[in-house]
Amino acid sequence: MTAVTEAPQVEAKPARARRVKDPQNSFRASRTPAYVAVGIITLIWVIPALGILISSFRDPQAIRATGWWTVFDELFDAGTWTLQNYETVLRGEGFANAFVNSLAVTIPSVVIPITVAAFAAYAFAWMNFPGRTALFALVVGLIVVPLQMALIPILRIYVDLGVTGSFPGLWLAHTGFGLPLAVYLLRNYMGSLPSSIIESAEVDGADHFKIFTRLILPLSTPVLAAFATLQFLWVWNDYLVALVFLGVAAPQNNVLTVELAGLAGQFGEGAVSLLPAAAFVSMVLPLVVFFLLQRYFVRGLTAGAVKG
Amino acid sequence: MSTPSLIKDEVSEPPRPPGEPGSTDNRLSVWVLRILSALIVPAVLLLFFFTFEFLQDPRTNKALQIAVAIVVGVGGVWLLFWAMDRLVSALPDRMAAGVRPFVFAGPALMILGFYLVYPTVDTIITSLRNADGSEFVGIDNFVRLFTESTYLVSLRNSVIWAIVVPIFCVGFGLAVAVLADLLPRKTEAVVKSLIFLPMAVSFVGASVVFFFMYTFRPEGFGEQIGLLNAIWTALGNDPVDWLRLPFWNNLFLMAILVWTQTGFAMVILSSAIKGVPDELLEAARIDGATEWQVFRKVTIPTIASTIVVVWTTILITTWKVYDIVAVMTGGRDGTSVVAERMVTEFYTFRNEGLGAALAVVLLVVVLPILIINIRRFQEQEATR
Repeated sequence: MTAVTEAPQVEAKPARARRVKDPQNSFRASRTPAYVAVGIITLIWVIPALGILISSFRDPQAIRATGWWTVFDELFDAGTWTLQNYETVLRGEGFANAFVNSLAVTIPSVVIPITVAAFAAYAFAWMNFPGRTALFALVVGLIVVPLQMALIPILRIYVDLGVTGSFPGLWLAHTGFGLPLAVYLLRNYMGSLPSSIIESAEVDGADHFKIFTRLILPLSTPVLAAFATLQFLWVWNDYLVALVFLGVAAPQNNVLTVELAGLAGQFGEGAVSLLPAAAFVSMVLPLVVFFLLQRYFVRGLTAGAVKG
Repeated sequence: MSTPSLIKDEVSEPPRPPGEPGSTDNRLSVWVLRILSALIVPAVLLLFFFTFEFLQDPRTNKALQIAVAIVVGVGGVWLLFWAMDRLVSALPDRMAAGVRPFVFAGPALMILGFYLVYPTVDTIITSLRNADGSEFVGIDNFVRLFTESTYLVSLRNSVIWAIVVPIFCVGFGLAVAVLADLLPRKTEAVVKSLIFLPMAVSFVGASVVFFFMYTFRPEGFGEQIGLLNAIWTALGNDPVDWLRLPFWNNLFLMAILVWTQTGFAMVILSSAIKGVPDELLEAARIDGATEWQVFRKVTIPTIASTIVVVWTTILITTWKVYDIVAVMTGGRDGTSVVAERMVTEFYTFRNEGLGAALAVVLLVVVLPILIINIRRFQEQEATR
């Protein structure tokens, strides 16, 4: 698991020229079955998502009356497409508010753990202190501890403090749950930077704080971005932590996943026509992040293939 | 990086401690300062977040809340770290060198202690107590888990999930990785993106996506709007309520997780496959191996460790799956799983003892992985 987390190899790149693109290659004969097989699998993967993408733009009554695939008969009819569902979902069902809530939960939940983890990672990589290896082994162990272990005790404390239903409780909880992986990834990356650059900075009279902020942090941008992408998607898509700690205490603070699950829970005919649009509202930002930062996301995934 | 031996580094001296005196100052006063400096940053954060009323008040403007959180979360935390660093610098050199690492690493460790270590211990203790935690009941909760049919169903389902989902994810992932490798580069990129895409979607979102695959209408209650039933009835069958079909409903739920996780397996396996040295493959071909034999005897053994990592990761994700079951069936009709049951017990039924016991079951299964990870880390440190 660790091999991929060190600076030079963070992105597992093809190590060589791609042999099979060579037309002279003996593989060429086997391309047709490959096309067919890949085509079928891709189709199976795309159809479910295509279904709700199409549904979300259909007339609400049509969604309830006929399957989404029937639009192919009336593709260019005037009455086929509408934005009405999105309007209802955003205004009437409060998904616009939930979208802001998701942002309010996610941004600090990404920023705080990165800051705290970066300092810790630097200490683990470049400072010497008693218990360093043992403490880092603890961090490695905590990566796979299911967050379910924390739900009951933390909820109890939050209830005592009266902070259920508030954003700060969620920020710190997500910070706690995200930290092990963050410290682990950042430390491995920082530790693999050449020690000569740090030594020369020391010779120039820089102290640890300066070396960290001026040298190590800028050099660690790729791994910081990788973790940020991972943590963003993780927090944005989280349902369980938001449900338990925001819960019913403050419905006006509900995040998108909780709202969407609530809408899906109604499963009434009225809700059915709103579900596709609601689902897409909840997916749009992760999809944008996914497309823009796919490279970092893959890095984070490759490196953090062990998160608990 | 030079690293001392494993756990016992209290006594070991590093060959090259950057800019610090040769030996570490370990007097009691230094330890007091270390713990203090580790505590201050999280304490200030906690105080700030939990005592300022406006952050608790739902009527507070949310943009303002986010702005404050970012200012504090970044600026404030930086300022705190900086101030602590300055304070420590005022100490005598040897002392400062002993305390400073705890200024850097301490806050993270304290937060981990509060949000993961302490709760883990507390949950284990809670699992030995009754529903409201008022009484010690020994292993009663666990006895119930392993004898009462409600919980046995959850356990059985979780085990099936943990077997089936990784098999399909790794299987499909490997198939796409290998087959797409044969296609032109652009086609390969598009195919991989499409299959990877569901990774970005929440489990709740994925469940809604599959609602439109599985949904069911009894005959005479209108056209089928679920794709599966539309196909099924077109073939001349009666419509089926897939999510209530005993036992099979579990597999339909698992398909949702396979849909989201296969992309992960594919991406990681694909880069491993591309890393298999050409010479190995060519040598096998020259020896007359068929493509299938090359794949079985050369590619698979070479990427075996990657397969294990991917398998383990998906296994852990699967073992803790909650959202999909909660949203699709709420655990009804024999679809309950351990993580879902856990939330139902402690959150809905307010039975903390049983909920904690179920959480402990979740932990126990990942324990071997946890231990292997730590061992592997220690080996790497030893050889570094």
